[in-house]
Amino acid sequence: MTTIDRRGVLRGAALTGGALTLGAWTPAWAQSRTPGLLPVVSGDAIELRIARMTRTVDGVAARAIGINGSSPAPLIRLREGQRARIRVINDLDVETSLHWHGLLVPFQYDGVPGVSFPGIAAGTHFDYDFPVRQNGSYWYHSHSGGQEQEGLYGPIVIDPAAPDPVAYDREHVIVLSDHSRSSAAAIFRRMKLQPGYYNFQRQTLGGLIAGRDQSASDRLAWGKMRMDPADVADGTGATYSYLINGHGPRDNWTGLFVAGERVRLRIVNASAMTTFNVRIPGLPLTIVQADGLNVEPVTVDEFQIGVAETYDTIVIPTEARAFTLVGESIDRSGMARATLSPRIGMTAPVPPLRPRPLADMVDMGMGGMPGMEGGPPRGVDPSVERNASRTLATHGMAEPVMDHAAMGHVGMGHAAAADDPDDPMAGMDHGAMKMRDFDVAPQVAKTPGVQTLSPMPVDRTDYPGQGLSGVGHRVLTYRQLRSLERNPDVRPPARELEIHLTGNMERFMWGLDGKRMVDTHEPFAFTQGERVRVKLVNDTMMGHPIHLHGHFFDLVTGQGDHAPRKHTVLVQPGGIVSFDLTADAVGDWAFHCHMLYHMLAGMMRVVTVRPAGDAA
Amino acid sequence: MKHVLTLLAGIAAVPAAAQDHAGHAMPGMTMPAAPEPPAKPATDPRAGHVMPQAPAADPHAGHDMAAPPESTGEKTGTDLPAGDAPAPPVPMPHYADRIWGGPAMARARQTMMVEEGGGQTFAQLVVDMAEIQTGDDGGSYRWEGEGWWGGDINRLVVKSEGEGALRDRLDSAEVQALYSRAIGPYFNLQAGVRHDIRPTPTRSFAVVGIEGLAPYWFEVEAAAFLSTKGELLARVEGYYDQRLTQRLIVQPRVELNLSAQDIRATDTGSGLTTAEAGLRLRYEVAREFAPYVGVHWERSFGDTRRFARAAGDGTGGIGVVAGIRAWF
Repeated sequence: MTTIDRRGVLRGAALTGGALTLGAWTPAWAQSRTPGLLPVVSGDAIELRIARMTRTVDGVAARAIGINGSSPAPLIRLREGQRARIRVINDLDVETSLHWHGLLVPFQYDGVPGVSFPGIAAGTHFDYDFPVRQNGSYWYHSHSGGQEQEGLYGPIVIDPAAPDPVAYDREHVIVLSDHSRSSAAAIFRRMKLQPGYYNFQRQTLGGLIAGRDQSASDRLAWGKMRMDPADVADGTGATYSYLINGHGPRDNWTGLFVAGERVRLRIVNASAMTTFNVRIPGLPLTIVQADGLNVEPVTVDEFQIGVAETYDTIVIPTEARAFTLVGESIDRSGMARATLSPRIGMTAPVPPLRPRPLADMVDMGMGGMPGMEGGPPRGVDPSVERNASRTLATHGMAEPVMDHAAMGHVGMGHAAAADDPDDPMAGMDHGAMKMRDFDVAPQVAKTPGVQTLSPMPVDRTDYPGQGLSGVGHRVLTYRQLRSLERNPDVRPPARELEIHLTGNMERFMWGLDGKRMVDTHEPFAFTQGERVRVKLVNDTMMGHPIHLHGHFFDLVTGQGDHAPRKHTVLVQPGGIVSFDLTADAVGDWAFHCHMLYHMLAGMMRVVTVRPAGDAA
Repeated sequence: MKHVLTLLAGIAAVPAAAQDHAGHAMPGMTMPAAPEPPAKPATDPRAGHVMPQAPAADPHAGHDMAAPPESTGEKTGTDLPAGDAPAPPVPMPHYADRIWGGPAMARARQTMMVEEGGGQTFAQLVVDMAEIQTGDDGGSYRWEGEGWWGGDINRLVVKSEGEGALRDRLDSAEVQALYSRAIGPYFNLQAGVRHDIRPTPTRSFAVVGIEGLAPYWFEVEAAAFLSTKGELLARVEGYYDQRLTQRLIVQPRVELNLSAQDIRATDTGSGLTTAEAGLRLRYEVAREFAPYVGVHWERSFGDTRRFARAAGDGTGGIGVVAGIRAWF
C-alpha cells in the first residue's frame, strides 16, 4: 500500500464512494472500480427482465439483449440449499429462454425450448423454481437462436452451505465473451455462405515465401486432402471484440486487490464461439475448481478454456503492482484484456498477440501414427490483423519465460515433444491414409456432412491445446485435474456409447454421428441410474466444447475415483474424450457442441433418461 | 494519512471476506480438513509444487491430503473398464409433453430441431464475373453468376452467363434453372433446364452436371446439355484461387466447350468448339466485393472455327479485362 500516494487515495475514494458506503453488502465479485459494473441479484425471489438495449464496447455502441438493463446479465448469487424462484419477463418481440448452465435442476426448468419447455413467448413471463443442490461458479444464457451471442449471458455464483475448502480473501468474477456489431443471424449466414469468411490468417503465397506458413510440400499434401490447417476458428477477431465482464480491451476492466491477498478469480467462458487461452503474466494460477466443482489445487501459468467451461483460480499478487489478465483467442486474432491492480488507473504491460497456430496431423486424427506431433506454430501476416487489440501490446514487452523444467511438470513433457523440428509429414504416404473411411466408424451416417473421419484418433486429454505446446511455461491439461472429493458413483460403467463429432468445414455443416439435429430426432437413451462410458471421437479439425445438460460426468483421465467432474468438455481436434456418466436425472436433456453456430448448424441431440420400463 | 490508508485497505479487504464467506474464509486462516476423510498423510508428491509462492501458509495444504490414489494397484471408478450391457430401447424425446402439453412442445420442437438445428435455408446471389474487355472492335462485356436458395443438401440454383460487343449486339446469353443436391462432402449433382436467349434461333436444353471442390482446392464444374432438337453439348470449367495476401487473390480459370455434332444453325462444329482461359487478379475490399483486372483469352477450334471464318466472325483472341466480383 505504500505506493499509493494521497492523490491516488482521494481519486480512488471519489470513484468508489458508493461502494465504500455500501460496502457491507456490495458483493465481493463486484469490487472492480471500473464504471459500469454488473448488478447483482440474489435472494428467494429474483426477477429478470429481458429486453433490447444498447451496449458500448471500447467506445463503440452496438445493439444487444440484456437483463435488467445490463449485458452481461446480472450476477445471480445463490446459496446452496436455498430454493431459487426466478421470474423471467420477456420484453423482447421474440421468444426467449434462460438455461442455468451446470445447475442440476428438474428438467422442466432447464430452459431449452423444444426439449425441456415450450420457451418464453414474447410479452410473457415464466417462473423458474428449483432447489439449489450444489455450489460453485456457473453461468446462465439464452438457449433461443442467437440471443446468447447478442449479450444474453451472465454469471451465477452459489455459495456453499458447508465451509468452503477454498480459502480466499477476495474474489472477482471474470466473464469472458465475444462481442460483434453484426447480428447473430448475419454472422451465421456468412459462415454458411463462406466458412472462411472471418479468417484473415489463411495461408498465402506471401506467407509461403516469408516462411510463415506450411512448407510447400506440406501444403501440397494438405491441399490434396482439401484440408486447411489455418482453419482454427470460425469466429475471429475480424468481427469479435473479446470482452471481460462486458468490457473491451481498451475499456480495461480492472479488479482490485491488496498485495498479499489470496484472490479468487471465477473465470467463465460465456462466449458464443471463442476458445480462450488465459494467463496473467507474472502470476501463477492455482486452479481450484473446474466447472463449479472443486479440484485438487494445481498451479499453472496458462490454461485453455473452451466455450461454457468455468475455472476458479487463486492468485496471490505479493507486489502492489498491476497485472494484465490476457484472454487470447485460440487463433490469436485478438484478445480480451483486464487488469488486476492495487488501485484504479494502474496498468501493466500488455503482451503482443502470439503467432497463430496451424493444425497438424494429430488435429487431423492421425495421432496414432508415430512421429505425428506438430511442428512449432508459425508467424502471422502482420498486415492483415483485424482486431483492435493488436495495437494494445506494450512496446518491447517480451513474455516472461519461466523455467519450470526443473519442476518436472506434467505439461512440460508434451511441450518438449512438440518442439521436435522433424517434418511431421516426412515419409508419409498420404495416398494410403484414407481420411473418410467409414469402416473406422460404422455408426456414422454417410452424409455430405462428414468431411473426414479420424483414422487414428487418440486420447488428447494430456494436450494443452492448439498453439500451447512449447510456449515456455506450464499449461493446464485435463489429465492434471483431480476431483477434491471422491466421486459419488464409482461403479464400473455397464456399457460404452461411442459418439462421433462430425463436420464439413467446406459446407459449414456440423453434426453428431454424421447427422444434424434436423436429420434425426432420435435421442441418446439412458435408463435411470445406469452408468455408461461415453466416448466422444472428434472427426473434425476443430475443437468442440461438448455440453450435457442436467448432469456432471466423470472424465476418464486415469484419476480413478477422483475423476474431475464436468458439465462441458473440450474435445481436441482429432482427439478422443471418454467420460463416465451416471444418468440419474430423469427427463429430456440437451446435448450439444457449445459453439453457438455449430449447435445452430445441427451439432446437437437430445439425451433422454427414463426410469426402467418407461419407454413411452 | 496512515489511518486513511489502513482504513481503505481494511474496507477493500473486508467485504470479500465478511459477507458470504464470513467465518470460514478468513485471510490466512488454515481451513479444516476437506469434507472427505483424508485417505493418506501429506506425502503427496504434488505438495512441493502446488503453491510455489507460499507453501507454508497455504490453506490448501489441509485438503491436498485428501486424495492421492492408493498404491494397492486396485482400480476403481473411472479406471475400471466398461461392460457390454445392452443399451435401453430408444423412446421418442417427448418427455416434456407430460408437463407442458403436446401442442406447445410440438411447436417449440419444430423451432429447435429444424429451424435452429441445421434445417435453415439461405439464399445468395453471386456475380462471379461482370467485366469489360478491350478489343479492336470497341470492346466487349461478359457476365457469369448464379443465385441459389435452399439448405445444406437441396438447393434451387439459377445460373446465367453471356457476352456481347459493347457497340453491337448481345452475342450469347443463357439461363439455367437447376435442382442441386449435395452428393458428397465436396460435390453437388445438378439437373434442370437451360435456355439460350442468344444466339438465335433460341435453344432449350436439359442439363445434368456436377460441381464442387476437387483435390488441391480446384473448383470444378462439368455439365452435359441435350437440346430439344437432340443435340448434345458439354462444358467443363475450373478455377483456382491463389491468395497472394489475405485480400489479393489471383485466379487462373479455364473453360472448354464441346459438341457431339455439327449444328449449322448456331455455327457450332463437332468436337472441341471453344476454349477460354483467364487470369484475374482481384482485391477483396470486403469478402463480398472485389474489383479485378486480368487477361482473357479465347479461341474456337475445328469446324466451329471454320464456320466462324466463313461467316466473317472472330475466332478468338486475347484481351485485357476489368470487372467486379461480388455476392450478396
